[in-house]
Amino acid sequence: MPDIQALVSDLPSKLRKRRVQGSYETARLTAELLRAVILQHKEPTASGAASLIEAVRRVGEQLIAANPVELAVGNIVRHVLHIIREEDLSPLTDIVGELKLSAEDDVEDIAEDENSQKSSATTDGCLLKPPLLLAVFEHLPDSAPACQTFSSENIFAGKADKSAKKLKSELIKAVNELIEDINTCREGIAEQAMELIHQNEVILTLGHSKFVKEFLCAAKEKKRSFEVFIADGAPKFEGHILAKELDKKGLKAIVITDSAVFAMISRVNMVIVGVHAVMANGGVIAPAGLHVLALAAKKHDVPFVVVASTHELCSLYPHNLEVLLNEMRCPSELLNFEEFSDCIDYGIASSSSLLHVVNPAFDYVPPELIRLFVTDIGGYSPSYIYRLIADYYSSEDLPPQQKPAS
Amino acid sequence: MGAQKKRAAAAAAAARVSEDPDDLARQPLQAILLADSFTTKFRPITLERPKVLLPLVNVPMINYTLAWLEAAGVAEVFVFCCAHSKQVIDYLENSEWFSQPNFTVKTIESHNIISAGDALRLIYEQNVALVDIACLLKLVSLSRLKLATCYTLTICFLVVLSFKIHGDFVLISGDTVSNMSLTQALQEHKERKKKDNNAVMTMIIKKSKPSPITRQSRLGTDELFMAIDPNTKQLLYYEDKADHSKGTICLDKMLLAENPSISLHNDKQDCYIDICSPEVLSLFTDNFDYQHLRRHFVKGLLLDDIMGYKIFTHEIHSSYAARIDNYRSYDIVSKDIIQRWTYPYVPDVKFCGNRATKLERRGICFTAFNSEIEQSRSAQVGSFTVIGYGTKIGSNSKISDSVIGEGCTIGSNVLIEGSYIWDNVIIEDGCELRHVIVCDGVIMKAGAVLKPGVVLSFKVVIGERFVVPAYSKVSLLQQPTVHDSDEELEYADNSSGTVEFSSIQGTADQSNGEMTSESSEAHKPKLGTGGVGYIWSICEGGQEEEWRHSVAPIPEDKLTELSEAMDDDQELVTQDRTALSTSGELISDSNASEGDDNEDSKDDSVYFEKEVEATFLRAVEENVKVDHVILEVNSLRLSYNMTSADCAGAVFYSMMKLAIKTPHSSAIGLLTLYPSPFSMVASNAYPIYLSGELQQNTANIITTWQKLLKSYLLEIDEEIEIILKFEEMCLESAKEFSPLFARILHILYDKDILQEDAILRWADEKEGADESDKVFVRQSEKFIQWLREASEEED
Repeated sequence: MPDIQALVSDLPSKLRKRRVQGSYETARLTAELLRAVILQHKEPTASGAASLIEAVRRVGEQLIAANPVELAVGNIVRHVLHIIREEDLSPLTDIVGELKLSAEDDVEDIAEDENSQKSSATTDGCLLKPPLLLAVFEHLPDSAPACQTFSSENIFAGKADKSAKKLKSELIKAVNELIEDINTCREGIAEQAMELIHQNEVILTLGHSKFVKEFLCAAKEKKRSFEVFIADGAPKFEGHILAKELDKKGLKAIVITDSAVFAMISRVNMVIVGVHAVMANGGVIAPAGLHVLALAAKKHDVPFVVVASTHELCSLYPHNLEVLLNEMRCPSELLNFEEFSDCIDYGIASSSSLLHVVNPAFDYVPPELIRLFVTDIGGYSPSYIYRLIADYYSSEDLPPQQKPAS
Repeated sequence: MGAQKKRAAAAAAAARVSEDPDDLARQPLQAILLADSFTTKFRPITLERPKVLLPLVNVPMINYTLAWLEAAGVAEVFVFCCAHSKQVIDYLENSEWFSQPNFTVKTIESHNIISAGDALRLIYEQNVALVDIACLLKLVSLSRLKLATCYTLTICFLVVLSFKIHGDFVLISGDTVSNMSLTQALQEHKERKKKDNNAVMTMIIKKSKPSPITRQSRLGTDELFMAIDPNTKQLLYYEDKADHSKGTICLDKMLLAENPSISLHNDKQDCYIDICSPEVLSLFTDNFDYQHLRRHFVKGLLLDDIMGYKIFTHEIHSSYAARIDNYRSYDIVSKDIIQRWTYPYVPDVKFCGNRATKLERRGICFTAFNSEIEQSRSAQVGSFTVIGYGTKIGSNSKISDSVIGEGCTIGSNVLIEGSYIWDNVIIEDGCELRHVIVCDGVIMKAGAVLKPGVVLSFKVVIGERFVVPAYSKVSLLQQPTVHDSDEELEYADNSSGTVEFSSIQGTADQSNGEMTSESSEAHKPKLGTGGVGYIWSICEGGQEEEWRHSVAPIPEDKLTELSEAMDDDQELVTQDRTALSTSGELISDSNASEGDDNEDSKDDSVYFEKEVEATFLRAVEENVKVDHVILEVNSLRLSYNMTSADCAGAVFYSMMKLAIKTPHSSAIGLLTLYPSPFSMVASNAYPIYLSGELQQNTANIITTWQKLLKSYLLEIDEEIEIILKFEEMCLESAKEFSPLFARILHILYDKDILQEDAILRWADEKEGADESDKVFVRQSEKFIQWLREASEEED
């Protein structure tokens, strides 16, 4: 499979060179790559899903290492692994159900239900889906090996081939759905706009987030009239782009500087922002400047609402954030090199120049400053994020990924 | 030559045919990367390893260039290797650059290339060779060469086939670090090319103020002057070797005449990234004397108005581009990389096969760390430091603003500041390193000290407690004794890398074996006990220039010295302006030009006087007829644009000089008797001092040459001029005459050379003068009296 090899080496190199950036784009590309990996994977009949899991994990590790700052990559990898485990499990539950002839009807129902729905939690807004609970219960005593012993020592070896094929096609379907979800997550988020934005409200946002834009536009389309303050988001000033886009949609937009946020916050009814990643504790990693905005909102008791898609949901806890999961960007975004070239001269007398420029890309906003998360599967409070994570990712996949963080 | 031109024309035509817009769009962009700088600035390191493979923040330089080219959308890169070509090719073959999708790297190897010009010529030849295959093959068959030769030739051509430049290309050297986007510059270049076929090159420039004190940019290169048309961005003038001592630069007047507006910059930095049209290659072939890309090619194009080729500039603002030209720029660019100006080509981003590094917060700023380093708890690693994989740092060591390579062992109580330490270096306890470069495999024994600006080449051993003096370069290889004055040629005398490598080994082995004998030799400075290596004597450029290009920051005292010198210079310049005025071409205000004129005329009159004297003396010696002398002096008068008064003065001066020079036969003054009552009186007044012979000589000469003198005495003004001249001579150049003034004046009167009016008017003019000026008037008072009376009598 030369083309899959090329694909596999292509995306990490793109990620490394920072040619693919942004959670949405990286998530989509990662999912597509993983789909190709699953498609190309030649499954040894005996080991079942285990080898597939191994293959996906290998590619995943490459991707994550390529740019650890793009957390969406890891999220998608873990989610795909989770899907594989779930799919691998569902035929087993069938068997278990048949063998046990258990009285727990609902278990079988649910298994069937999942077979028909393929994907675990993405489609319906319901959170506490029973199959997940089952999975958790089953895995608790001997998590990873359990899965393997079941699949490898499959008594119904005759069924294995069939089930393997079936598994693969089911998996492809599931991953397709995941990609579909990633593509449509904005609409999912935007649907909830009507419930949150009310007539004649004043909204404040910072920088430019596609989710926020869709969210606001959705409310506008439903004939809500409101005003938007846009903090311009130094140093890239992407807020200006948002202002232009909103203007085209006929929304009243007022551009302010980042530093004027506190002055304006008292006139604002709600702050809506997009983020880079949602951490497991309910805090967020967001463009630099958001922490200040969040503190201002807290001070004036203005609701601070974060719009995020499920692929931004990260299973990591924010340890040592400012360095590990931050990106120090080019200082020339901040100031013009040529103007300061005489200040940044190390050649004169004192060994190093006194002028330095530090340009971190992200801020960490702790969960206590956030009022609400609006995701494509509904609205949640920060304290509930850990539950979503349990739904989305298998606990087996977490430890290896969390190692670098610890 | 004619054939070559034709070929060039054919190639150009072919290129033009294929240049319809669609073609331009899908033509993959190509680049020529010169993996050799053709200079010797990085010696002695470059004797053993090519410059492009020297680590820059732990990554070989060429990787920065290649990574940028790839990111900028270049599809094909021809890496041109000369010195140490084997090392470069080996490195590239083992790197990941050969396996990149949509990015091909091809190497061209040549050993007898000594300049960038040669390299481009070779590429061009290979390019056009395609056209000539058929014809050459015919030639081969005609000359009935052996079959084997035919085969090799064909194989050569097949190789050549792959090095085809088919469109615009980027010309860059392998030591350039940049993160700029080429799209816009390329677009501009192509649009210009479409409009004007002569726009062959776009040069990337960047603003960077040179230091007013050292007159060099922050990258350690000389101050660069560029004249650019502000509207079209055409480059009109390029001077990187301006003579600062003069304080002026010269612009061709035609530049000003032809271009309505010119902006002259001294704050632009040349990034050495050029977008060239294929014609550039043929230009190099047509002009064999083009060696240096800037000094010859760019200046040559700018001066050559026959072909009318034009160079344009593209200025980049926010993005970074710099070329590592000397040790100072190595230092500066390294620091820029650590401070992330070159993002995304920074230590913690894996842009090529480098190892993963992570940042750690140190104070306010960040330090790049590799995951596996052993660091003692008491060691202090400061900010802006990069530490390579597998390095061990002992207790109480302090490291700041430095780059440390892989696998180094650093002992305890070591101080490292602003230094660049490459791989596998062993630094024992208590060493001190400030602003130095230490190459691979160096061992520093305990307590050794490196003063700022030191460069230790590969595998040098510094003995215990040895202090290496500032700015010295130490290498295992001996300094080449024969020094070619042309720096372009110097670099190429290295043979291929393998030979040198073995020689290194040889020296190392030998030095290990015969340590004592080696150190006993007198001419080799020792490097302490157990030290191995030679300290190179600084000869080229001299000690004076060493600090300019070294890794060490410019020392304070040098700066103050320089700024004082500069103040002096400025004073000088201002003095010049007022008193003498410089011959500055740029200064056009009337005052200065007037000054020029005065200056010139003064000079001229001195020359004129000398010429006249020479002519006169010759005439006396060769007995030339008076008429002929008059003719000659007249021609001189015309060529120097002098008045006849000047001539009269000059001729008189020469005559008087002659009189002095004529040998005195006796020292005793004899009174010559003149049939005038006055002479008696005068001689009575100064009987002793009179050197009668001198007077006699003068009289004789005046008699002989009176006709010559008279021919210039058209009016009374000229006669007065003569008297004044004579007065001046008596005061300054020929004091012998001073006692004879009145007498000679009388002689002149007698010979009808001076009229009485002239003498009287001279006397009248002197009436109001100072006492000191009146010496001669008083001396000749009686004569004047007599003249006055005589004229009254006549009346």
